[in-house]
Amino acid sequence: MAAWLTGAAAGVPRPGIVIAKPGQCVADKDTMRRSHMDFLKHQRDQTVRQGIRTREHSLNECVACHAGEKSGSVLGQDGFCQSCHSYAAVELDCFECHSAKPKPVAKP
Amino acid sequence: MATVTLREWNITSRRYYGLLAALGALIALGAYAFLQMEHHGHVITGMDNQVVWGMPHVFAVFLIVAASGALNVASTASVFGKAAYKPLAPLSGLLALALLAGGLAVLMLDLGRPDRLVVAMTHFNFKSIFALNVFLYTGFFAIVAAYLWLMLERRLQRHARAAGLAAFVWRLLLTTGTGSIFGFLAAREAYDSALLAPLFIVLSLAYGTALFLLVLIVASRWDARPVSDALLARLARLLAIFVAAALYFVAVFHLTKLYMARYDGVTRFILLDGGRYTALFWLGQVAAGGLIPLALLFHPRLGRSRAAIAAACLLVVGGGLAQMYVTIIGGQAYPLALFPGMQETSSFFDGEIHPYAPSAWEVLLGMGGTALALALVAVGLRVLRILPERLDDKIIDALEAK
Amino acid sequence: MTDRRRFLELSAAALAGIALAPGIRLIQVAAARPLDAPASGKVRWGLLIDTSRCGDDCDACLSACRKENHLPQGELRRTDAQWIRKVAVKDMRSGSARQVPMMCQHCAKPPCVDVCPTGASFKRADGIVLVDRHICIGCRYCMMACPYKARSFVHEPTTGQNPEVPRGQGCVEGCHLCVHRIDRNELPACVEACAATGRKAMLFGDLNDPAAEIAQRIAQVATAQVRADLRLDPGVRYQGL
Repeated sequence: MAAWLTGAAAGVPRPGIVIAKPGQCVADKDTMRRSHMDFLKHQRDQTVRQGIRTREHSLNECVACHAGEKSGSVLGQDGFCQSCHSYAAVELDCFECHSAKPKPVAKP
Repeated sequence: MATVTLREWNITSRRYYGLLAALGALIALGAYAFLQMEHHGHVITGMDNQVVWGMPHVFAVFLIVAASGALNVASTASVFGKAAYKPLAPLSGLLALALLAGGLAVLMLDLGRPDRLVVAMTHFNFKSIFALNVFLYTGFFAIVAAYLWLMLERRLQRHARAAGLAAFVWRLLLTTGTGSIFGFLAAREAYDSALLAPLFIVLSLAYGTALFLLVLIVASRWDARPVSDALLARLARLLAIFVAAALYFVAVFHLTKLYMARYDGVTRFILLDGGRYTALFWLGQVAAGGLIPLALLFHPRLGRSRAAIAAACLLVVGGGLAQMYVTIIGGQAYPLALFPGMQETSSFFDGEIHPYAPSAWEVLLGMGGTALALALVAVGLRVLRILPERLDDKIIDALEAK
Repeated sequence: MTDRRRFLELSAAALAGIALAPGIRLIQVAAARPLDAPASGKVRWGLLIDTSRCGDDCDACLSACRKENHLPQGELRRTDAQWIRKVAVKDMRSGSARQVPMMCQHCAKPPCVDVCPTGASFKRADGIVLVDRHICIGCRYCMMACPYKARSFVHEPTTGQNPEVPRGQGCVEGCHLCVHRIDRNELPACVEACAATGRKAMLFGDLNDPAAEIAQRIAQVATAQVRADLRLDPGVRYQGL
């Protein structure tokens, strides 16, 4: 019944999250799933308002690690952020302004 | 004892729903324009980095200013104790609420990030006139809604007077806030004057009364409800006084600017060589919105004709839109002086008159807000006991005699 | 492990960059601030622009700004953002002319901050005036209030932003002195580009630090503020106006 309600039985595709570099996140999976938005919001206010630029909860660091290997982005159908946000039907506003791709590494 | 019965608007369903359908179509067009603007961005409007406020603001500020003035009849009745206007006070309150709602809708839908309305309601910088206005607008809704309720609920009518006084004070504050949006901009030579606050109050009296008269004439006529000619003539004279006062304030405003050398350029631009802004000022704001309505309203014979009164009201409304266009857009079209007295040029269009042509989207958004206000009035009239059943000379005399 | 290595790589790259870039001295920039420390209220960042050194046909600062912040380039429309521009100023009586690079003046009493309804427009402790795009609702009141026409509105969707300079449709923006660079102890892009041309018309530094070159120059030579009559105490000063 629960499965039917959530649509899982009906075959709604689960988000295809691929974690290219597992085990390196700043917190465990459950914490990140539950609280990533709070971390990001806290960091965003500190960075914009006070210029605190620690890397632990920086959006750019998320993108640097989680961008898809092929697309190079956290957006797109299989993108780390977008796939899950679409599945959960939660608006993903960050990338209206923020770059969804990491900063290209300067060529030596 | 003369009693006035207020009754729901009883026009035929066909007419009522036809009116709502027509207004609904305009609202839908406005909503479509909003979606386009939100999707593509303001690049599809005529606004740019030089003229940052455009046609939506002309409509929105006009409606908001008129909203405060629409309350005028109610204030006259409850604050100044004019018994003859008392039966019209509910209509006055309803119109004020509807106009404010329409104006605010346009203002909010023009925001770059309308999805962040909640942010505007939760983050406040109390030094900002805009932030103060958020409180003034919501407070106006609350106070006028309470006032309307107290007037319509028989058992509570004795409290209506106090609410009317609160609403009267509040709407003066509200229009002071609206005028100060512009008045406190020291860098813009077209504004930068404390006079804008009282000027906007006087303008609001004229625009609001004109709209009130129009709604009253049309709403009563459609439902064949008699309205005393004498009462209309008195309201028309009131309008004439407001229009004359508005002209006076506009004259003083420009005279102070003319007297101060640093405003020479912008004043010359508006009054003399600003092309369409000069034309809109003299022909639209002053002639159509001021002198012609004055002539009509003070004319010994025409001044009593309902058609002439309605025409004068329409002219005042049109002149009001022209005034907002000249004030808001003309004021931005004239360039900022970074180096006063010097000639400036740049890739960012410094030192030149900024062109502006409103896009259809902006006009549709503004019309949508206006239609929303009118639709709210229509629904309010239909479902609430707002409009007096009869308001003929006999009843007016009896009310006055009391 | 990898994380730490990357950090070391980045730091090394940054150091190399500092050592290699020509004509740039970081002595004038106050000592580096740790990543977790907030901007200091003791510092007031400012610019001194010497218009006599500014080249008539030079647009190094403009293109550096556009590149760094990923702003529109090429044929600019009226809706395009311009964080820095060169205003050609001519005295009609004497005929004397100047090119004045003009950007956000980072006022001590910024009108844009006063009028902003949500507090999105704000002044950081170290004097940088910037927009918190997270709470900007796009009302454009700051653009009405700014005497310097320093702000732009983003009129259409953006793509390919610099990850360090987020910008998107519907918000107002303006020069933030390359705050992302300042925070890692680098010069604003325009200043760096100007120095690279050898003209050195732009000097960046801490106005509050008597030892800083900018403070010393302002103490020695006659400098001017644009629209000084408005008493906004801008952080950008001009020499040779």
